[in-house]
Amino acid sequence: MSDMDMDRRNFLKTSVGAAAVAIAPGMMLYSVAQGKSEGASSRVRWGMLIDTNQCKPGCNDCVTACNRENGLPGETKATDSQWIRKIEIKDISSGREISLPMMCQHCENPPCVDVCPTNASMKRADGIVLVDKHRCIGCRYCMMACPYKARSFVHEPQHDQNPDVPRGKGTVESCTLCVHRIDVGGKPACSEACPNQAIIFGDLNDENSEIAQKVRSVASVQVRADLRLNPGVRYQGI
Amino acid sequence: MRLLVSLLLTLCVSLAWASEAASPKLDIGKGGQCVEDTQWMRKNHMHLLKHGRDDALRHGIRDEKHSLKTCIECHASTQDNSVTARADSFCVGCHKYEAVKLDCFECHSGTRKSAWLQQRNAK
Repeated sequence: MSDMDMDRRNFLKTSVGAAAVAIAPGMMLYSVAQGKSEGASSRVRWGMLIDTNQCKPGCNDCVTACNRENGLPGETKATDSQWIRKIEIKDISSGREISLPMMCQHCENPPCVDVCPTNASMKRADGIVLVDKHRCIGCRYCMMACPYKARSFVHEPQHDQNPDVPRGKGTVESCTLCVHRIDVGGKPACSEACPNQAIIFGDLNDENSEIAQKVRSVASVQVRADLRLNPGVRYQGI
Repeated sequence: MRLLVSLLLTLCVSLAWASEAASPKLDIGKGGQCVEDTQWMRKNHMHLLKHGRDDALRHGIRDEKHSLKTCIECHASTQDNSVTARADSFCVGCHKYEAVKLDCFECHSGTRKSAWLQQRNAK
C-alpha cells in the first residue's frame, strides 16, 4: 500500500513538472508582451465636430484625402467603398442650402455592433467603432442596421493596400477615424485635409481639448439624435 | 562492427538528406538578428500574429516588436520589397513548401511600408 502511495506521489510530482513545461510557451508569450503600447483607454472618447458653415459646397478635399489615406477606389458606384461622402441638403421652405461630410458617426450605442452575429463589428474602449475583419463573415447585417448608411462591402479582391489599412474582399468596412494615425498621436486624414478647418478632431472627455471647449460653447447637434445612439461626430449649423 | 558502421552511415546520410530537404531556399530580405530565436519563430510565429492581431485591433495595444508590419519591414525582399511577390519570397516560399494556406495577404499588404509610401507619393 505504501508503495502505491509513493508511486502516486512520484506521479504527481512528474505531472506538475510536465504541466510547468506545457505552460512555458504561454509564459513566454506573456513575457514578450511587456513593452507594448498601453492601448485604447475608456477615459478617452474620440469625436469630431463638423462646422457646416465652414464646409464649402463642391469642395471634396476630405473625401479625396480619405480615399488616398485608406486606399479606396474613389468611385461612387453601388459596389465601391465609400467611407466618407459629401452631402448637399436644402431646406425646402427656406431655400437654405448646406454642404456636409457624412461618415461613420462612431456611436456610443452602435446598432451595427448589436446586430453582428460574429462580434466582428465592435467598439473600442475609446469609442472608435471598427470591423474586426478577422471575424467578419460578410453578412452585411451591420450595413442594414446603420441609420447613417456609413458602411460598405468590399466586392472585389484588393491589391496594393496601405500597410496600415488592411482591406479585403468579402468583408464590411467603414470609417475607422484613421485609427492607425490616432494610435501614433495623429489625427484623421479628413480633418487634416480640410482647407477651412471645418472638421475638428479630439477627445470629447478632455475638458481642455479644443473640441470639448467648442462643444460646450457653440450649438451643435447629433444627426438622428432621436435614435439615442449618442454619436461621437457632431454637426454645427444644421 | 560492420553493422555499427553501416548503421552510423545510414543515420548520417538520412540526417544530411533531411537537413537539405528541410530548408527551402528563401529570399530572407535584410535578415539579421530576428526578434526571437529563429527556430522558435519557425514554430510559433503564427501564435504571435494571432494574439497580436486581437490586441492591436480590438484593444489598440500595438506591439511594434512582433507586428506583421515589423516582420515585413525586415524580411521583404531587397529587390521587390515584398514577402509574397515571388515563389521564393519570405512568407510564400516556406508556406508553399509546407502546403499551408496563407490568407494574411488577402487583406494585409505584403509590401514594405517605406516602399509603399514612396510609390504612393510618386503618384
